[in-house]
Amino acid sequence: MRYLSYLAIGIFFGIVMFKSEAASWFRIYEMFRFDSFHMYGIIGSALVLGVIGIQVIKRKNIKPLDGGEMSLQPKDMSVPRYLIGGIIFGLGWALSGACPGPMYVLAGAGFPMILIVIFGALLGTFVYGLLRSKLPH
Amino acid sequence: MEWITEPWPWYVAGPLIALTMFLLLLAGKQFGMSSNLRTACSAVGCGKAADFFNFDWKAQRWNLTVVAGAIIGGFIASNYMSDNTVEISEATTTELSQEYNIDSAGEAYLPNEIFSTDHLSDPKILLILLAGGFMVGFGARYAGGCTSGHAISGLSNLQLPSLIAVIGFFIGGLVMINFIYPLIF
Repeated sequence: MRYLSYLAIGIFFGIVMFKSEAASWFRIYEMFRFDSFHMYGIIGSALVLGVIGIQVIKRKNIKPLDGGEMSLQPKDMSVPRYLIGGIIFGLGWALSGACPGPMYVLAGAGFPMILIVIFGALLGTFVYGLLRSKLPH
Repeated sequence: MEWITEPWPWYVAGPLIALTMFLLLLAGKQFGMSSNLRTACSAVGCGKAADFFNFDWKAQRWNLTVVAGAIIGGFIASNYMSDNTVEISEATTTELSQEYNIDSAGEAYLPNEIFSTDHLSDPKILLILLAGGFMVGFGARYAGGCTSGHAISGLSNLQLPSLIAVIGFFIGGLVMINFIYPLIF
């Protein structure tokens, strides 16, 4: 039952990603050329509602349905980790035209070439795991 | 029923993404689409090579389930809810055509010039896709999250680290498209 709800949330998310065109290479290119408000509108409106909703959750002390704690732990502060990691991510995002969520959506949409991108992402994750102790965090 | 096949505007898509995040929070989980890559590495035995993958990945099976859902969602949307074309701004369409010979804007969902399977024998395209994916995977784990984990979840929770990561995402993306694309395409 639990896994069925995760699956349903994933399906919903996949449809939203595809239908909003956030999974399209063209939209990512256009965003980084500042030629359309579309992607900024998506992220911006999600954020406005996200910030308000999380404030409500915190103030009203709303708990997950199973009664545990909300997964809203603060992140450890650092600059190099987020900045360097973020820049590498951004280079890859723009080069492949896809971030992790859309990669899976595109695989389901029937683009076999995206499997190369997903394989690359797994490889990148693995190499990070190997080099982790040697990188500034 | 036109709204089903027409692209959804930003003011529909953004709130639905926020809803996705809240549904996962209510399920006791955090919205983030890249940690599943670590789970997948761990599940295939990468723990033998690096401690980073030595964790109870079975407790993280939920994120692989969300991935399975996203794949199904992509299948449903592309087959039953879309004409699989993306219209972008006229300026960008012209620019892509003139600068990079990418003429499929408005006619395809992804550029055929990169994502058509005809390019399976084109080492340059294969390398671009592999390198792009590699940097996404490496960068997401280094930064501890991707677009969903930092730009949506983290910023919604007013996390300064997420703001730094998102600034990094945009520095990387802008440099790639505005300075590196002209060199490689």
